[in-house]
Amino acid sequence: MLPSARVPIGAFILRRLGLGLISILGVSVLVFLFLHVIPGDPVDHLAGGDATPEQRAALEHCLGLDRSMPAQFVGFLGHVGDLSLGHQCPDPASKPTVMALIADVFPDTMVLAVAGMAVAIALALPLGILAAIRRGTWIDTMAAMLSLSGIAVPLMLLGPLLLLWFFLDLGWLPGPSETGAMALILPAIAVGTHLMALLARMTRSSMVEVLGEDYLRTARAKGLPELSVVGKHALRNALLPVITIAGLQFGSMLSGAIITENVFARPGLGSLLVAAINERNYPVVQGTVLVIAGIYVLVNILVDVAYGVADPRIRRA
Amino acid sequence: MMLPPLSRLSPSARLGGAMLAIFIVLALLGPTLAPHAVGDRAIEGFPAFLPASWAHWLGTDQNGVDALSQLLHGARAALVLSLVVVALCSVIGVTIGVAAGYFRGAVDLLVSRVIDILLAFPGILLNIAIVATVARPGMAVLVVALVANGWVGYARVARGQVLSLRERDYVQAARALGASHWRVMSRHVLPNLMGPVIVQMTFAFGTVVLVEASLSFLGLGRHVDHSWGAMLDQGRTFFWKPGFIRYALAPGLAIAWVVLAANLLGDGLRDWLDPRQRGRS
Repeated sequence: MLPSARVPIGAFILRRLGLGLISILGVSVLVFLFLHVIPGDPVDHLAGGDATPEQRAALEHCLGLDRSMPAQFVGFLGHVGDLSLGHQCPDPASKPTVMALIADVFPDTMVLAVAGMAVAIALALPLGILAAIRRGTWIDTMAAMLSLSGIAVPLMLLGPLLLLWFFLDLGWLPGPSETGAMALILPAIAVGTHLMALLARMTRSSMVEVLGEDYLRTARAKGLPELSVVGKHALRNALLPVITIAGLQFGSMLSGAIITENVFARPGLGSLLVAAINERNYPVVQGTVLVIAGIYVLVNILVDVAYGVADPRIRRA
Repeated sequence: MMLPPLSRLSPSARLGGAMLAIFIVLALLGPTLAPHAVGDRAIEGFPAFLPASWAHWLGTDQNGVDALSQLLHGARAALVLSLVVVALCSVIGVTIGVAAGYFRGAVDLLVSRVIDILLAFPGILLNIAIVATVARPGMAVLVVALVANGWVGYARVARGQVLSLRERDYVQAARALGASHWRVMSRHVLPNLMGPVIVQMTFAFGTVVLVEASLSFLGLGRHVDHSWGAMLDQGRTFFWKPGFIRYALAPGLAIAWVVLAANLLGDGLRDWLDPRQRGRS
């Protein structure tokens, strides 16, 4: 490729940020439309059966439902702009803003997602590398079976099973709704297992490919010890695609967190979202969905940029 | 499309195919095979929580309904939902993807942006948001929720394939000979798309079952009668009582069976249709 065809890193980041903003704006429109176009009246749920027409009208005004759709959307964007993400009705002054609610549980979900990611990578790399080095042996078969069960067993079953074994039967680890680092272990395993399975398979195939390259034969031929061949020469090249996929899968950690928080009765964005849905608390639903989508977009951009720095070829176009 | 010989299909793909076939047969015959009635027709009124026995292989649930019969009815529900969602998603997705890849320009720009936006969502979040808008979501709402982002994968695959296919010499030659857009697409482009699309459909089969179960588990409505997700959700409420684990284990493993089958077959079909991809994940 000619040097002139290369895009400078600054322009590359700007372009990705611009596209990311469009995506987030699109997500806002989608969420807004879903909550406003499809039938179902949030006022019914909030006001209850015995509300007077005046109370209902006040609620409608508080929720902004007495305005036109475009005006409501502009109002929603305004709440995004002033970082409150909206307020709760009735009586917004006495209740925390949506942003305050989200900020309160945001760290819990982030810690869970990062811990799940750490579990996934820590288990997947040795498993995948071992399977690749011992290709075709029983170790390879066992690793494949472990990955497949990680993909197949639903989180909704894995979570309770982990609790049953390690909390009820063995008593090794804390149970649901407890706090502290030890209480994070089981949820992190539950949320990380699916990604672990995917990454182990990727690591294996990436390693197998690299192990067949000429430069590895050269490394062996010049008498390097096997550990150095695999550890230094093969691993470095095999890991780049694996790490990229791991980063891009951060969003799947957030999806998994929604269910995991439910199973382990942990606070977090998922619990907040599900509770808000059951209460038909639309401003909170809207805000939470937007924040989760925002994190997702942001992480994808960070991974893209990191990859663009590492490998200038992909900055093109 | 030229297909490789069936003998090249890997053993794990055959295993997946056999597992999927067993599921489909049980789902088709399930309501007939079920030893007892379920739902509103379950008037036999067995005692609740009967242990496993020859009369009730998996015992009875808290309403005195035979658990095995529920599981078999659940298989039917899972099959119907998967078929409907996969059919709709593939038709919609391929149509949109082919149009974007073939006509490029403004159509492609619009489609690509919409795909980007939908991919900016963790998938289940959009499903939840749609189901949440309706107080009592039924089968139709669930289908809409699953199709809303389910088509994106097909569109992406189709668009990518068409972008590369339309530059091939034989497609250019057909255009130069005066073939219409319709003829080029139906005779030269679509047949070459079938492979990747079938692989995508196979994987999606498992995904649909899993997402439905997740939504039911989160308590977002009882979408489908006797769904495995609803059974799993009920089962975990008395998961902790000794001997009651089967109420969650049976539907959970049924879901795992379908997901595993779909993944084994999907992986195998991909390798079979495109041997160059063999061994890649």
